[in-house]
Order: sequence, then structure tokens, then C-alpha cells
Amino acid sequence: MEKGTKTFSCRPIVSGKASGEAIVSEEPMCFYLCDPKTGEVIEKNHPLRGRSIAGKVLVLKSGKGSSVVQVDGFYQLWAKGNLPVAIIVKDTEPVLVSSAVVVSTVMVDRMEKDPFEVINDGDWVEVDAESGIVEVRPKEL
Amino acid sequence: MYLTDEEKRTLDGNSGPGNQKAMELLYALGKAFDAERLIPVSRAHVALSGQEGDTYWCGLLVDGGARCKVVPTTNPAWDVEGLSRRFDVTDDELELAVRTVDVYRRIGAELTFCCTPGLGTNVPLFGEHVAFSESSATPYVNSVLGARSNRESSVSALASAVIGKTPLYGLHLEENRKGDFLVVVEAAMKESYDWGILGWYVGRFAGSRVPVLRFRNLDRRPSVEDLLYLGAELNTSGAVPVYHIEGLTPEALSWPSVFKGKTPEAELIVGDRELKEQEETLSENKGPINLVMLGCPQYTYSQIRRVEELFKGRRVKDGVGFWILTSFDALELASRSGEKERLQESGVELVADTCIDEPCWKSFEGGLGMTDSPKCAYYRERRGQPFVIRRLSECVEAAVLGEVR
Repeated sequence: MEKGTKTFSCRPIVSGKASGEAIVSEEPMCFYLCDPKTGEVIEKNHPLRGRSIAGKVLVLKSGKGSSVVQVDGFYQLWAKGNLPVAIIVKDTEPVLVSSAVVVSTVMVDRMEKDPFEVINDGDWVEVDAESGIVEVRPKEL
Repeated sequence: MYLTDEEKRTLDGNSGPGNQKAMELLYALGKAFDAERLIPVSRAHVALSGQEGDTYWCGLLVDGGARCKVVPTTNPAWDVEGLSRRFDVTDDELELAVRTVDVYRRIGAELTFCCTPGLGTNVPLFGEHVAFSESSATPYVNSVLGARSNRESSVSALASAVIGKTPLYGLHLEENRKGDFLVVVEAAMKESYDWGILGWYVGRFAGSRVPVLRFRNLDRRPSVEDLLYLGAELNTSGAVPVYHIEGLTPEALSWPSVFKGKTPEAELIVGDRELKEQEETLSENKGPINLVMLGCPQYTYSQIRRVEELFKGRRVKDGVGFWILTSFDALELASRSGEKERLQESGVELVADTCIDEPCWKSFEGGLGMTDSPKCAYYRERRGQPFVIRRLSECVEAAVLGEVR
């Protein structure tokens, strides 16, 4: 293991393995309010507005919005290849889970430490939803 | 979560990739909610939306060899044959609508295209475990009929229809169905419209909690339509898949055990003034209209009769569309019994199989619409048409005049 890398247990929701740069949203998200062509968050007043979630490991508070729009939002991002590669959820809810299964996005929850305390924007994160492990390599300062 | 050997084999892909995907979804949901196991469902209703994501999911399952074990009824999309001749739709929109019908037909759904299954096409009994999506249908079967359904999405309801099961969590468990808070209603409930406004008002406060309503001034038992309107709005402004009414709905007949703990003090008191204020904040004010749209949820046969009574033989003003969206069986009755023809002479059109939130209605966008349903207004606004929300009699008067004064 590289120096500074920390490992945490988690609970797999949608299986698979993926790694990428972390992007952290302490607010819930409606994926319908992302631009499918870029993965950029377009929701007014959202803390991630103007930033892209494409290809990243998204650390997410929770989901919001009706099931129809959330599922369609995931689908549109997936069709353009602009979904996050994995999602670490704090408060799991049914529509978010359903949406992730539809397009097979790796998803975990119940990290042993509060993900917002141990993962920062730009950290390198490996999510292993086969064995229930999240590995975090802090961004070099 | 415990899975039987057969369920494990399905999850491992031994009964094909379609069944595997459906089981993956139920397993993920079950795990997320700490369900102990899966239980059988006897019925399902799928709120097919005609949106890409939803149609993709059904296609993924059916092309992976899945077929429904429990035959689900389906929500409306739009009457492609009738309406594409009347209104402009793009080739892409038409193609998606045709593809949506095709995948649901192949997976073995019962194509009712009706958002009020609990009234006739798919009626569960008290205590039945079911998987019903559609925001107006879920509270109806839970609260009015006493069946047990979670607030399903079209995606999860379809997975349950394919596997014939759902994870045992949420509203399938008795303790979670009990009331969280008490609402005392003092307002005069004159017609279904008032129940809709009440639903919107209470839903905002409820969030995802279970409301129990006590009425002080009810001079008659509510109709089926009243309760449909109440549930549709509760579950649109809030996430309320179940409610109870003291002394009326089946799980609120024995008081006070309807609550999770002891009977709480009233958290909310609703009078005529609150409902009037709610109407004013929801609705556009006045002006010329180009459309009256009724039927969210789809109008029943008795509501269609009521529209005819109110017209008294008068006509809708030229340049105004007047559409009643209804179920296939109510349309058939109105056709046999003569209302359809007489309403047509008044300039009122009836259509089945069709939802308000579909691309076929875009030729009215840009103008002001009018409806008796806050849910209709909410979804149409997202597509660029503002709505005045008023009771049915006022909608009819405005249609004759061509404007809301």
C-alpha cells in the first residue's frame, strides 16, 4: 500500500470495482439536472454547479427528485459516457439505488468512517464493491 | 439479506440476464433497507413514463429473456394513433412511444394505459402485498383499499413483476404504516377539487411522514374521486404513499391504534382560509386560455357526466382546446351512453391511454392552460405551460368565455 493511503470497509449496493478522482457533494443530487453531454451539474444553487461528475468517484449525501426523472437522468448520463464511475452514498434511498442498478453504476454505502470526513475533492479513491472496501489516497498537497 | 437457493441462482444469472438484472435491483433495494428477505407480491402496476431511461430498463429485461411472473397493469403514455394525427410530434418522440409499447407488450404487461388501476383494472384486497408505482395509485391502494405497497418507481415495480417478489421493508411491515402526525380539517369539502388542494397543502408538511386526517365538517362520505385527488396531491407535493382518515379508511377504524405511539396533538389545522391561500400560491391568476385539461388522475365516467351537466349544451369558445383524459373503460361507457358524442358537439374531446405529461401536448405550450388538478399544473409547467387551477365548474365557464376573468 502506498504511503498515506487509508482503507475503509463499506457495504456494497451495486457490485463492481472502479477508481477515480473524488468529487464530494454534501447536498443531495438530482441527476436529471446534469448536462448529459458533459456531466456538468446545472442545478441552480447546487454546490457542485458548473463542475463535472463524469468519470469521477462521487461522494454523495443522497438522491432527490421523482423516480422518473432520476432514472432518466442516470440513463442520459450513462448513454453519453458521463456518469461517475462509482458512487459512495451517505443516506441511501430507493430511487437512487434503482437508478444505479439500471445502468450498473458501482455503488456502496455505510463506510466505517463518515465519507465526508475522510474523503476530499481530488483524492484518488478506489471502490471495491466486491469485497466491500474503499481505498483513499489523499491528493498531494 | 436472506435469499433462497432459487433466488441465489437467479441472482447468479442461472435464469438468464433479464431475470438476473431484475433480481439485482430487488437485492440492492432489500440490502439498502435491511430487508430480511423477499416476499411474494400478488399484483403490480408499472408507471411506464415513455421516457428513455424507463423504456431502456424494460428493454434490457425483456431482451435478456425476462417475462413478467405477475402481470402488471401499466400507466398511460399517449394515444399514438389518435393524437399523432392531431398534433405535431417529432419522429424521435413517435419512435420512442412505439418502442415503449413494444417492450412492455413483449415483457408480458397488461397494457391498460390507465393511472387509476385501483378503480377497476387492478384492485388489491385488504392486506395484499403488491408493488404499485404511480404517485396517485400507490396512496389509493394503500390508504383506501388497505393493500401494502411501498412507494415504488416504475423500475422497481417492473422488477417485482418479473420476479414476482419484493423486499420485505417499509410499508409491507405493519408498524411502518401507522400515523406519524394528526391533521384536523375544518374546511368545507365541497367536491373533489377541495380534496386535491387539501392534499397538496398537507403533503408539503408531511414530507415522507404518514398523516392521519380528522374531519370536523364532513357532510357526506368522500367519493372515490375525492380520495384519488387527495392521494395524488399528497404524493406529489410530498412523498406520502399512505395516509389515514379517522373512522373512514380501513386502518383508521380503530382509534387510537392508528398512530405509532399515543395519539398526538394536532400538528396542523386546515380551514377554508388555508385552502384558499394554497390555491392562490399554486395557480396562475387570469387571462385568455388556449386549453382546459382535465384528467390527472384520469377522469372517471361519473366525472365525465358531470362535465356534460355543467356545459348545459353550451360550446367551448373557438381557439380553446378542451381535453378530458380518461381510462379506456370510462371512454367506452361514455361512448355507449352518449356523453362522448354530446360533449363533442360542445367542443369537448375525450381521449384514453394518455397522460398530461407527454410530448403530444406541446402545441399548446406558450399559452395559458387551465385545470382542476395541481398535479397536472406542476408537470405541465416543467414543459413550459403555466396553468390556472380552479374547480371544475369554473373551468367550464372559462372555456365558454375563452378566458379566466
